[in-house]
Amino acid sequence: MERHEYDVVVIGAGGAGLRAAIEARQQGKRTAIVCKSLFGKAHTVMAEGGAAAAMGNVNPNDNWMVHFRDTMRGGKFLNNWRMAELHAKEAPDRVWELEAWGALFDRTKDGKISQRNFGGHEYPRLAHVGDRTGLEMIRTLQQRVVALQQEDEKLHGDFEAYIKVFAECTVTRLLKDEETGAIAGAFGYRRETGDFIVFDAPAVVLATGGIGKSFVVTSNSWEYTGDGHALALLAGAKLINMEFIQFHPTGMVWPPSVRGILVTESVRGDGGVLRNSEGRRFMFDYVPDVFKSHYAPTEEEADRWYTDQANNRRPPELLPRDEVARAINSEVKAGRGSPQGGVFLDVSTRLPAEEITRRLPSMYHQFKELADVDITAEPMQVGPTCHYVMGGVEVDADTQAASVPGLFAAGEVSGGMHGSNRLGGNSLSDLLVFGRRAGAGAAAYVNGLSRRPVPSGVEEAKAEALEPLERTGGENPYEVHHELQRTMNDLVGIIRKAEEMNEALQAIEKLKERANNTASAGSRIYNPGWHLAIDLRNMLLVSECVARAALLREESRGGHTRDDFPTMSAEWRRKLLVCSAAPDGSNVLVEEKAQPSMRGDLISLFERSELEKYLTEDELAEYDAAVKES
Amino acid sequence: MTQTTAESPVRKQRAQLKTRTLRTDRWWLAPGLTFAGLLVFLIYGFWAIFDTSHLAGSYIAPFSSPCLATSCPEGARLFGFAPFGDWYTLPPGILILGLPGGFRLTCYYYRKAYYRSYWLSPPACGVAEPHKKYTGETRFPLILQNIHRYFFYFGAVIALILTYDAVLAFRDKDGNWGHVGLGTIILVVNAILILCYTFGCHSCRHITAGRLNHFSKHPLRYRAWTLVSKLNAKHQQFAWASLFSVMLADLYVRLVAKGIINFPFA
Amino acid sequence: MGYKAKFRVWRGEAGEGRLEDFTVEVNEGEVVLDIIHRLQATQAPDLAVRWNCKAGKCGSCSMEINGKPRLGCMTRMSTFEEDETITVTPLRTFPVIKDLVCDVSFNYEKAREIPSFTPPADVKPGEYRMQQVDVQRSQEFRKCIECFLCQNVCHVIRDHEENKKAFAGPRYFIRIAELDMHPYDVQDRRPQTAQEEHGLGFCNITKCCTEVCPEHIKITDNAIIPVKERVVDRKYDPLVWLGSKIFKRSS
Repeated sequence: MERHEYDVVVIGAGGAGLRAAIEARQQGKRTAIVCKSLFGKAHTVMAEGGAAAAMGNVNPNDNWMVHFRDTMRGGKFLNNWRMAELHAKEAPDRVWELEAWGALFDRTKDGKISQRNFGGHEYPRLAHVGDRTGLEMIRTLQQRVVALQQEDEKLHGDFEAYIKVFAECTVTRLLKDEETGAIAGAFGYRRETGDFIVFDAPAVVLATGGIGKSFVVTSNSWEYTGDGHALALLAGAKLINMEFIQFHPTGMVWPPSVRGILVTESVRGDGGVLRNSEGRRFMFDYVPDVFKSHYAPTEEEADRWYTDQANNRRPPELLPRDEVARAINSEVKAGRGSPQGGVFLDVSTRLPAEEITRRLPSMYHQFKELADVDITAEPMQVGPTCHYVMGGVEVDADTQAASVPGLFAAGEVSGGMHGSNRLGGNSLSDLLVFGRRAGAGAAAYVNGLSRRPVPSGVEEAKAEALEPLERTGGENPYEVHHELQRTMNDLVGIIRKAEEMNEALQAIEKLKERANNTASAGSRIYNPGWHLAIDLRNMLLVSECVARAALLREESRGGHTRDDFPTMSAEWRRKLLVCSAAPDGSNVLVEEKAQPSMRGDLISLFERSELEKYLTEDELAEYDAAVKES
Repeated sequence: MTQTTAESPVRKQRAQLKTRTLRTDRWWLAPGLTFAGLLVFLIYGFWAIFDTSHLAGSYIAPFSSPCLATSCPEGARLFGFAPFGDWYTLPPGILILGLPGGFRLTCYYYRKAYYRSYWLSPPACGVAEPHKKYTGETRFPLILQNIHRYFFYFGAVIALILTYDAVLAFRDKDGNWGHVGLGTIILVVNAILILCYTFGCHSCRHITAGRLNHFSKHPLRYRAWTLVSKLNAKHQQFAWASLFSVMLADLYVRLVAKGIINFPFA
Repeated sequence: MGYKAKFRVWRGEAGEGRLEDFTVEVNEGEVVLDIIHRLQATQAPDLAVRWNCKAGKCGSCSMEINGKPRLGCMTRMSTFEEDETITVTPLRTFPVIKDLVCDVSFNYEKAREIPSFTPPADVKPGEYRMQQVDVQRSQEFRKCIECFLCQNVCHVIRDHEENKKAFAGPRYFIRIAELDMHPYDVQDRRPQTAQEEHGLGFCNITKCCTEVCPEHIKITDNAIIPVKERVVDRKYDPLVWLGSKIFKRSS
């Protein structure tokens, strides 16, 4: 069996994984990057809008405190405030660093990085490159890895002496040291050959992204099967906030084969408006009280905002994603939807054609080539699509360390940073800030070890992976997967009810049994049926966590909307839901945990009138004390 | 790095497909038309070089302009000069056609056209070429394609001369200004197309500002570059249009000179 | 609405294989990749194909459809006749691992041979000032999604395996152009190395790379030819050549 020894193994080669690997290597650690796709294909390329960083290039009033406030507000104050603080403070440095590695962002007139408006951000804040910012970021990080490899080649004569990419390689189990219970490595297989591979490493960074493939309508790619979430659970770590799933308000709804594919928020940031079948800009009817003071009440003011942001309030199309997604959902349910079951997103009547193709080239492209719709001449049809999971591995804010020694997580797979709802643009900066911190955290952890841990459990992992191939005449994994997607989409989707979630949990229980009985025909060489059968374990485990947590949280907040508990509860804000499971994936348990209160200097950044909407009386008393002190 | 197993044991081999191409569209049409178009031009050019009727009133046949020897009538000479004197008695085209010829031969567009249609390297995208070996433009003689820039300089001079000739076509037989005939229009259109082709050349684009890394420090050159880039985007179209316009203009002048075309507005 | 389409898909491992016939359902609005997925889910569960985003942004599902290099996710079924047999094969230029999946490591090796972005040592992150007009040329090349269709279609290596060693391919010529046009890159001598080490001279500008680029990057006109011209500046300009000879002799 192929065996490698490294100091740090990073699972996932998206933004967070690459940034973590770069950091670990820069700190002198021998680093492996393991990813399911080819190098540079990660889901980060799909991010369009930009990376939020309070550089203040476009509006000098912007600073980390404003960004922090926006983030907390967007997450409905459920965020891990320390993470939100670190994120807001460090994002500008991380973006500038990319520029020094060759990224070419769009520029302002005075030659700085241009920043654009986005939902939930008070000032123009997103560093961007047209509408392909994620691609720029992945490419820059990929090229930074290559640059480091070139350095190593000059010094050691081997490109891969200190950092190596294991592309098309899936990790199925984290290996632990039996004695200490610490992480000792990872077990996986090469997709190309089906051969098994063992990484012997004291630190593992999870950067595997999200869980969208458990839903039918999703903007996520096949890779998003919740691998990191499941690996962490099975290794004994905990997941938090799993009930919060962001449905992006604007996914394509037609043709059916591309249903769910993202229509960037920049369409709205650049002037696009949402209309129902009656031609009404319905978002004006859906501004919640907590946001009323920040958004324009009339079309006239909203339209003026695009040219004069100082004296007008922003249009309600730019409300946080959860609000817009719910609004679209209600419009469609009320029978005011578009012919193909969405609403109209129109930019054609708002901007001249050449301006649209210049500012939104890949959107133009995407609609032209996939749906044969010319967005410069006609409106798009859009609807909510499963986009991002706010929940993830519970980590320490400063080092991104999980509760299992040696395990780290960064990016979408980690939880806490975004609270109950992520602001657009905060994910790309999250990847950079916490990717770097996870890499540094892993390097520091390795430095502090007195001996290398010894991996165990390789044989069990191997047997588990081989099961679907050895069975004959079992279930078709594609059918099990499809049914899971339907279940999650219909029963644990954008609007949730207790009885539906109970039904979902029963269905998941049955699907688990069926998944244990899947058979994959063919050989081990690049066999997608086999790969899916293995990924099913992760999807089912994560789906169960989502459903259980969602059933428990009896309120509506951000990416969790309960039909039977439609309001936000200050009591629930103080509680986090934490998932754990047994090493074989059974006994999925969700428990309540208290949310630590915000540090005094951070909470005093907010107005009391705003906090009153979110906090309990006790907490407000704490706030008053903090304000008095400062 | 500890490594107990070699990398992927899979044998490295391309998909074994015997067919030269699986394309089902009419991929041979474009190279076929190019082949025919260029062939027509070559045949005509060969004939035109040896044809002596290159002056019809104030119309000068483009293939014989500029005439640098005393063997041609005074009106056909460049600014009336004949630097080659009277020892040169071969057709005048031979002296100068190498310059526009070379310009087009080394042109980045024509290279594509004839590599595809004449050398079949490749005949079309995704269609295998018939050659066993391929070295491209890495060695003699094709490495000489790199001198395209110098042909551009000469090509630009010739284009300006043809423009000058087109201006001269506004005179009548007796040299008085104000004449406009069909020939004048043809020569003017031809001159415009030749100018668009010549100044849309990739080398021209490079010299204008393409070689700079800071457009913002050279606003005038950047503006010129933007203009050249616009022409350059249509380089293929101008290449063909000017190829046929120059051929047509040349033929027209010769037919007028021979008296075959002699209607009043000629 | 729906109809049954005839598909011929190349199946096999390590290069050995054959075209297999399938009849498969096609619905309105679908693309070739959807049909491949339907084959996987219903008729051939182990049919190997790479894909990720399904929106033409990641460049994973490169394949040859009726002999033309395309992205499976961007090839709409409506562009074919209903009675047409659609042939899907793996990229021809690279070794096949299985079915439609090729070993594209050639490209990653070539990527390492291009010297990386080298900014001036005295400019700190955050101090970069660049004008939009100065970055927009390189930005075009950074649109590249690394689908490697240009590398696949280029006859220099498609028809001549032996050239692979000396030829980096269009994807890396645009990378060279991107860096050479970058306002802050100080790495020198790139144009010459483009010709001498990365095989720019092999390119006979027949433009197939531009024709197949799903991002519509003008690879030939905006990258390859400008770099060729930059090589001419330094290498074939007689005045510069003469100057360097004299300089060499005197030094």
